Amino acid sequence: MAERFLVGSFGEPEGLLAAVSTLRDAGVAIHDVFAPYPVHGLDQAMGIRRSRLPWITLLAGLGGLCFALAFQYYTAVFDWPLDVGGKPENSTLAFVPICFELTVLIGGLGTVGAFLLRARLFPGKREQLPVLGVTNNVFALVTPLQGEGNEAELARQIMLENGADEVEERETES
Amino acid sequence: MSAGTIEPTTGAPETLPATRWIEGTPSLHRITTDISRPMEARPGRGWWICFAISSLAVLNLLGMVTYLFAKGIGIWGLNNAVGWAFDITNFVFWIGIGHAGTLISAILLLFRQKWRTSINRSAEAMTIFAVMCAGLFPLIHMGRPWDAFFIFPYFPNQRGPLWVNFRSPLVWDVFAISTYFTISLVFWYLGMIPDLATLRDRATTGIKKLVFRVLSLGWNGSQRTWSRYEIVSLVLAALATPLVLSVHSIVSTDFATSLVPGWHTTIFPPYFVAGAIYSGFGMVLTLLIITRQTMHLERYITTNHLEAMAKVILLTGSLVGYAYATEFFNAWYSGNVHERFHFINRATGPYAWCFYLMVLCNVLTPQIFWWKRARRNIPVLFVASILINVGMWFERFVIIVVGLHRNFLPSAWGMFYPTVFDVGILVGVFGLFFTLFLLFIRALPMIAMWEVKGVSHG
Repeated sequence: MAERFLVGSFGEPEGLLAAVSTLRDAGVAIHDVFAPYPVHGLDQAMGIRRSRLPWITLLAGLGGLCFALAFQYYTAVFDWPLDVGGKPENSTLAFVPICFELTVLIGGLGTVGAFLLRARLFPGKREQLPVLGVTNNVFALVTPLQGEGNEAELARQIMLENGADEVEERETES
Repeated sequence: MSAGTIEPTTGAPETLPATRWIEGTPSLHRITTDISRPMEARPGRGWWICFAISSLAVLNLLGMVTYLFAKGIGIWGLNNAVGWAFDITNFVFWIGIGHAGTLISAILLLFRQKWRTSINRSAEAMTIFAVMCAGLFPLIHMGRPWDAFFIFPYFPNQRGPLWVNFRSPLVWDVFAISTYFTISLVFWYLGMIPDLATLRDRATTGIKKLVFRVLSLGWNGSQRTWSRYEIVSLVLAALATPLVLSVHSIVSTDFATSLVPGWHTTIFPPYFVAGAIYSGFGMVLTLLIITRQTMHLERYITTNHLEAMAKVILLTGSLVGYAYATEFFNAWYSGNVHERFHFINRATGPYAWCFYLMVLCNVLTPQIFWWKRARRNIPVLFVASILINVGMWFERFVIIVVGLHRNFLPSAWGMFYPTVFDVGILVGVFGLFFTLFLLFIRALPMIAMWEVKGVSHG
């Protein structure tokens, strides 16, 4: 079923920030905000909590580290012990550089992969833009429209008071 | 006024005015159109001339590498004394060039330096192209390049249970360079996704829209995504910062873990990293001075940016000079006869001219940047950046060839003279680098639009 939204377009981030705060104070839910660049203070205004993606970095990085250590140990000590200049088979110190590189590689790739999954970004995905120009110079504030007329009217009024250039109702394409 | 509170004095401002990194206050739409222009307009005559010259050099590279594969590395001027010369010099040189890009994109992001925003995208592109050029040399200097994949451990292991020697710095190098390339590429692409979405929404033709739609992954500027995106950028920057320091440190261990006089020193890792950033900034300066002029992007790449880079060059150039002095001091102070001989030979032997050229370019040239007028003078900056590139190439040549040509036994001494193939491949790789860069500035946004918007309006 297609969902209905109220979309307010702003030309400047200041009005948008003020509108977001006022709407939240008035108890109106905010679906999302769309901007051409990350606006400072918007996360706090919208109440978005800090992403937990760095935990994925930690886990993936630790995974890379363990894999690198285990793999080097397995090849150099178990699978084919080779005397290289009389060095010990388990030359742990010499394994450190590759452990570090794989920690960074797998930690980095894991984080980016998790980000793309979480943000549902994938090649060829059809973009859903609330208004044209959100990737150029328009800031769009989107609130869900749920049956009751009063809340929608209040949201429209708050957006217009804070300098929205245009407020329109839109439906998701489904 | 009550006691205990300090009122600001009226009249003179309390702090210096903030440096402006964008000239004027262009509107958001203006920023989009200015930065998209080089990709949407037809290229000018200057671009075509540069492209023609650089692609000729690439053709030359293709021809020479083909001949190299057919005949073997005997066509280079290598001999029993000097078994490593232009190939490894070029490798270290190009890896070093890449370091400035990561410094600008990652380290300056962590330090919250706003001046990185106009130059980070092109510097990161430069990193990727430089690492590609560097990666070519270990490949082509192998006697049997078709067996190059042997340097990677892989499953199923078709060499019996024999594995690569993980204790060898050459294997560390393989891991360091491939990790560096991958992470740089991912960081560069991730940073470009919002701009690719901007280009998608500007695209007028179907094919362009399709390409940008695939590449922009459906980006729509949602704040929830932006919020995560900024965290991921910080995480990647935090990972790339120690990574970039590790890469040239590991490259330096290729030399430092050997016993060759002049190579066997503990100063190598920090010395190589400082030199890498120094040479990289030289190359960034060369490229940006040319592109800002030809692409008319002076509003975004301002003299303030160039001045900031000149300051980094002054710092890293002085560190490199200090490292040269330390090497000489230690050769004398250690009392090691081989080490002493090496440094006397470096300054007075047959390759002494390379050494003096290197000192002139790397130690003396950057000192001009103590003067603000020099830091803001485009011709001075341009000439200095070229000299730095020349000097840093010769630094690696001096370390490698002078180290090898006269080591322990005089009966094993020799001289290295480059052949036409040594020089031709060197020129060809510069062609490859500039061809890739020229294509980049035509096909992708060379300035990060969204970051510039954030700096000028945020």
